[in-house]
Amino acid sequence: MSKELVHRNYDSHPPAFAPGYKTSVLRSPRNALISLQNSLSEITGPIFGAKDLDPLDNDLIMNYAKDGLPIGERIIVHGYVRDGFGRPMKNTLVEVWQANAGGRYRHKKDKYLAPIDPNFGGCGRVLTDENGYYFFRTIKPGPYPWRNQASDWRPSHIHFSLSGESFAQRLITQMYFEGDPLIKQCPIVKTINNDDAIRTLIAELDTHAAVPLDSLAYRFDLVLRGHRATLFENRTQGAV
Amino acid sequence: MKDYLAETASQTAGPYVHIGLAPQAAGFNIFEKNFSHVLTNSHTQGERIIVEGRVFDGSGTPVRDVLLEVWQANAAGRYNHPADQQTDKKLDDDFRGWGRTCSDFDSGVWRFDTIKPGAVTGRDGRMMAPHLNLWIVARGINIGLNTRMYFSDEQAANETDPVLNLIEWEVRRKTLIGKREQRGDEVVYTFDVYLQGERETVFFDL
Repeated sequence: MSKELVHRNYDSHPPAFAPGYKTSVLRSPRNALISLQNSLSEITGPIFGAKDLDPLDNDLIMNYAKDGLPIGERIIVHGYVRDGFGRPMKNTLVEVWQANAGGRYRHKKDKYLAPIDPNFGGCGRVLTDENGYYFFRTIKPGPYPWRNQASDWRPSHIHFSLSGESFAQRLITQMYFEGDPLIKQCPIVKTINNDDAIRTLIAELDTHAAVPLDSLAYRFDLVLRGHRATLFENRTQGAV
Repeated sequence: MKDYLAETASQTAGPYVHIGLAPQAAGFNIFEKNFSHVLTNSHTQGERIIVEGRVFDGSGTPVRDVLLEVWQANAAGRYNHPADQQTDKKLDDDFRGWGRTCSDFDSGVWRFDTIKPGAVTGRDGRMMAPHLNLWIVARGINIGLNTRMYFSDEQAANETDPVLNLIEWEVRRKTLIGKREQRGDEVVYTFDVYLQGERETVFFDL
């Protein structure tokens, strides 16, 4: 009995061509995707382990601190990665990156006038545990302006990359923060034509997980495509 | 579907994807251990190859902030994953089969240093020609693009490959063939990806 992935439902994803996000215009394929039934090439995928990471990799407050702590609102972001059937996705590589509290990225191509924080790198990574649970600690990223229309601002957000256990589960997304008025104006958020799908990208303030006199917490759960078992094979008895 | 949870919506990787996935390319060192475009070590079995190319947008301009990942079988044609039960083929402890690369910010050229994979058995026992599975993200790409690179020197295997044959338009199959050349001591396959336009690469819904 082998496992296959449930087909991807594109209704919960942005289309490739979403002209409100101008860069997508020339970077979007115009032909239909060719749909494949799964083979080993799609069902398998890279396996990551503790040896790929270091213990501080999920602590963005400490993992680039040089001579002090980064400036900004201290937060914990945590949640569960599950598949479509609600099963925990264990041992999934979760990689995150973000701007600093002023909305500036530590990247040689980011020229925004807000300053670099000398004590903040802006990236982290962690493997989910047996229950699909992950957590990291960071500072809340600031919003920033970007060239799309002249006055577009990105809401505060953290980029997430997930490996899953199959190459066909690979996913990149962005997490937003509950209550941010910039979310509903954002051309990148609005590439998704589905309010339910947008809602799942908004992390909720989680007061029970806040650390008193230290950090607030946000809860962000993610769902990857589900695996279903192939119960019957169609190969005839004589075939090898 | 009842009780089935919708997959989390994709969002673009954006222009600063390097910070999270390849911080050295963003211009700083943070992690002790870094993922790489080199898939091999000195013990890995198989023919050493370089795969390089560029990704072009609909105007024919190279996309210079693209990130690609490769997933491939080992030289024997087996994936390093428990779901691959082709037990007649040996696993290679020195080959994970996965790598990550970024295009050069000026030229747009990306590359992988890897080995040529063996053929993998596909659905219903049909052999697939050797291929690389590629996943492409960048600013302006709203959901990661999946494609495959096949090998120009595997013409016979390519002709019977079940996935290539699924592509109705023969002219489009060519977009998935990496071209082999000998460059000094090195074997190089060139694989250019066209996001849009007359030469648009075939992308898959996996």
